[in-house]
Amino acid sequence: MGEPTDQPEDRQRRAFLTGAMAGAGAAAAGAVASGVLLQSIAKAAPRDTPVSDQVRYGMLIDTSKCADGCSDCVAACDAENGLDQLRKPEGADDALWDMQRPRWIREVKIKNNSNGRVTTLPMMCQHCEHPPCVDVCPTGASFRRADGIVMVDPHTCIGCRYCMMACPYNARTFIHENVASQSTQTPRGKGVVESCNLCVHRRDQGEATTACQDACEHQAIVFGDLKDPDSAVSKALAKQPSVQIRADLKLNTGVRYTHV
Amino acid sequence: MSRSDRTAPAGAARAMPGLGLCLACALALAGSGFGGIARAETGVPGSAQADRLEACVAPTPFMRRRHFELIEHQRDETVRQGIRKTDHSLVGCVDCHVRKDSQGGYVPIDAPGEFCAACHQYVGAVLDCFDCHAALPTED
Repeated sequence: MGEPTDQPEDRQRRAFLTGAMAGAGAAAAGAVASGVLLQSIAKAAPRDTPVSDQVRYGMLIDTSKCADGCSDCVAACDAENGLDQLRKPEGADDALWDMQRPRWIREVKIKNNSNGRVTTLPMMCQHCEHPPCVDVCPTGASFRRADGIVMVDPHTCIGCRYCMMACPYNARTFIHENVASQSTQTPRGKGVVESCNLCVHRRDQGEATTACQDACEHQAIVFGDLKDPDSAVSKALAKQPSVQIRADLKLNTGVRYTHV
Repeated sequence: MSRSDRTAPAGAARAMPGLGLCLACALALAGSGFGGIARAETGVPGSAQADRLEACVAPTPFMRRRHFELIEHQRDETVRQGIRKTDHSLVGCVDCHVRKDSQGGYVPIDAPGEFCAACHQYVGAVLDCFDCHAALPTED
């Protein structure tokens, strides 16, 4: 990328940059004086290096703690990601809206036919290591980030919905209508596919939790780094047997369940 | 969505789209609608943060010609690699260049005559960033 060479503007830019660097240096010095402050700044700072595969984000959901009829995680997800701002299109059928309204988490009831046991669980993108949605995407919009988050790049999504067909978990959702009010953290447009991205804006700001985990008063959801043996999710996984839903597909999901 | 809808407060646009042109109603709803963002008139000159700064993230002639390259590059880094620096981000553009109207409410940056729209209209280039992205700064 060529830089303009006009001398006065170059100087102006240099002054601006050195000013900014001096400011940053002063802030760093202030932070080093207090270890607590340093840590809090490091946590709150937006990410400035690419995500790496040293981390793999995932979740463990304890379905024995998941209460029948509770939808706190769904509501928290809707609020966090602006899905509660979407309205039923004028004249649309109520049943159709209930079925097709954009949602990143669904409450699902499953029944074990051999013993009749019914389990309630939240179902969302399972963040597969080998995601079928990525395999079928014709434009490369559906992708898996280095840290294991499977997501959609809305800039390249053409809304063909192949990924929705390919997903064994029915985790993807489609935005059918224009959105009236945009939020800064979750931009959204008509004609693209979306799904749970493990609160990617929180990941990139260095926060430790997801909205659904924060909202679950039964502590049924544990989120964290699957590759870190000391993370809460790794410890919880080590403590009890867990399953992947549709493990037969060998997708190596990042979201695991216990007591199913 | 028409231009007049988009400049109305979010709550007002949703509840009563037909009243989008009724200035009195819009003003009455502005306070209750969306964090006190007033009905957009036009921005007051000098009310943007950028107006008080000497330079943008690069010299002005460069920004005029090639800002979209910076934004697009940052876009891919942010979506694919999680890099959220604000120096070349669209959020940074909006936060710094958005103007306030005479009541002190922010005017969407893509409203006619505002920072992004004025130039894009003049050169006839479609401005579609704000179909999905917020044209108002982050709520504090």
